[in-house]
Amino acid sequence: MNPPTKKLSLKENYALLTRGLGWEPSYEKHEDIFPHVQFEGIKIHDWDRWEDPFRLTMDAYWKYQGEKERKLYAIIDAFQQNNGHLNVSDARYLQALKLFINGVIGLEYSAHRGFNMIGREFPGVGARIAAQMQAIDELRHAQTQTHALSHYNRYFAGMAEFPHQFDRTWYLSIPKSFFEDAISAGPFEYIVAICFSFEYVLTNLVFMPWMSGAAYNGDMSTVSFGFSAQSDEARHMTLGIEVIKFLLEQDPANVPIVQRWIDKWFWRGYRLLTLVAAMMDYMLPKRVMAWSEAWDIYFEQNGGALFADLARYGIRMPKYADVTVKEKHHASHQLWCTFYQFRHAAGFPVWLPSEEEMDWFSAKYPDTFDRYYRPRYEAWRAMDAAGTPFVNATLPLLCQTCQWPLLFTEPDDPTTVCHREETYLGEKFHFCSDGCRDIFRHEPEKFVHAHLPVHQIYQGHYFRPEADPTAPDFNPLVEALRYMGIEPGVDGGDFRGHIDAVNWEQWSHRPASLHEPMQTPPADEQRKTA
Amino acid sequence: MSHSEQPVFIALQANHDTLPIVDAIRADNPLAVVHEYPAMVKIDAPGHLVVRRESVEERLGRPFDLRELQINLVSLAGELDETDDEFTLQWKAA
Repeated sequence: MNPPTKKLSLKENYALLTRGLGWEPSYEKHEDIFPHVQFEGIKIHDWDRWEDPFRLTMDAYWKYQGEKERKLYAIIDAFQQNNGHLNVSDARYLQALKLFINGVIGLEYSAHRGFNMIGREFPGVGARIAAQMQAIDELRHAQTQTHALSHYNRYFAGMAEFPHQFDRTWYLSIPKSFFEDAISAGPFEYIVAICFSFEYVLTNLVFMPWMSGAAYNGDMSTVSFGFSAQSDEARHMTLGIEVIKFLLEQDPANVPIVQRWIDKWFWRGYRLLTLVAAMMDYMLPKRVMAWSEAWDIYFEQNGGALFADLARYGIRMPKYADVTVKEKHHASHQLWCTFYQFRHAAGFPVWLPSEEEMDWFSAKYPDTFDRYYRPRYEAWRAMDAAGTPFVNATLPLLCQTCQWPLLFTEPDDPTTVCHREETYLGEKFHFCSDGCRDIFRHEPEKFVHAHLPVHQIYQGHYFRPEADPTAPDFNPLVEALRYMGIEPGVDGGDFRGHIDAVNWEQWSHRPASLHEPMQTPPADEQRKTA
Repeated sequence: MSHSEQPVFIALQANHDTLPIVDAIRADNPLAVVHEYPAMVKIDAPGHLVVRRESVEERLGRPFDLRELQINLVSLAGELDETDDEFTLQWKAA
């Protein structure tokens, strides 16, 4: 009998996978096979210096991913079998899930495509294997998130047309354009943008405090897919920091290029996360922490540690990091105010914060909430009570780079909307911030092509084929909403009286907002009064 | 290489699988601070944090492959080095 074969160590296993599989081409030119790795100016001298710190091999990858899937689907089964959709805190919480399904799943799928592309484009075997695993992870995220949320879609409005909405809805152009900017860049910019700037520096804010908040609000399904996805994310983040070190160590000429990408993608990602700021502060009826606290922990402290470490390579904090620290006291409020004004055009109903929530904001945002935002909400509340609720019927001016409406204020003056302009080839472009204008200035030829929903509406492109602009009662805004897949009263509008609120109270016998009385009296009382 | 005191962290799902892991981390990292959040445990440490296979195995009462951490891992910060025996997070330079 043969003696048992010696088990390979993790390091030996990984080395065999990533050093033995590649080969040098003999009859095709290297640059013809890998045509996209030159033009960005990044210099790589030795791809073998690439190391995945997890040293994950294929057998382990399939084994542990399979185990994660079994665990996740067991929870989703239990959730669905036990009326889980009625066990969350209230019907306002459900609205955050609409942002998730309509805005995030498309990102996961784009990430899957992006990693397939760079897996083909990078010449190094270690990098290609890492990209391949991540491409599979991202597809898994898109699928598991769809499966987990599909149960909610059976009962609640606004989730059924997520791919349609992702491609057309005005505020979903923000996540969509973020990823399309990344995927249309070169392979090195893509991996710095996604693995480092987005996943390493920023996604903790989505998957840690927000998902922990989902758990706190009783959403077993979302927290399970969130944490299951994040366990892959931890691997991607590790890859992100490895990528940065690899690029910086390969050639000093890479440092300024990488720094510019970090500046760009930190700001792009930060702007995108404004959505999460509003979800955390306004859409979790039971709250774990405020956005300002999360930003402090996950960016200022952890990001600070990261950039202190990278200083030895000559990398500094991302440009405008100081602005984000000023904005953390405002961003969630400014966005929620925007959604409230345009609630008729949103894919989810919007509400004014309850008394209890405003008191919480006063405590969490002592320098800003009572001064700038409470008075606004109280005025809107009074208008609503008087039967003349405030609605903004004009189309907003969008930022050419991040595509948010110009809703943010000057970093040092919360009473003035921040508005920057830039002229390029005789045309004027508008920006929400210095950060977004800088990005445009560096690549104007790319960003002049931005597909801005408001411009598309004005140009007449956001109409369905059967729309007739010559009809006497033609209303371009109503037609544009129809094109986006938003049905007023079913998708957006006021939370009070919204179909989700009404159904929630009927099915759960609990108020649609846990801080307010029942919107509709129980059915048996209705019968008594009838 | 000098060690930094900048914080590193590991965050795990709060469940039965991770109780012995969190215990092992506490024992091996006297400076670690354990924060309990809904559904999640986040363990911060200044500059350096290690998960040792042997310590987990002692508490678990069975062999443990450090790669099993993947199943319940939520997030981490710091540079990672994983071997058969130790899963280490650290910032290398001040």
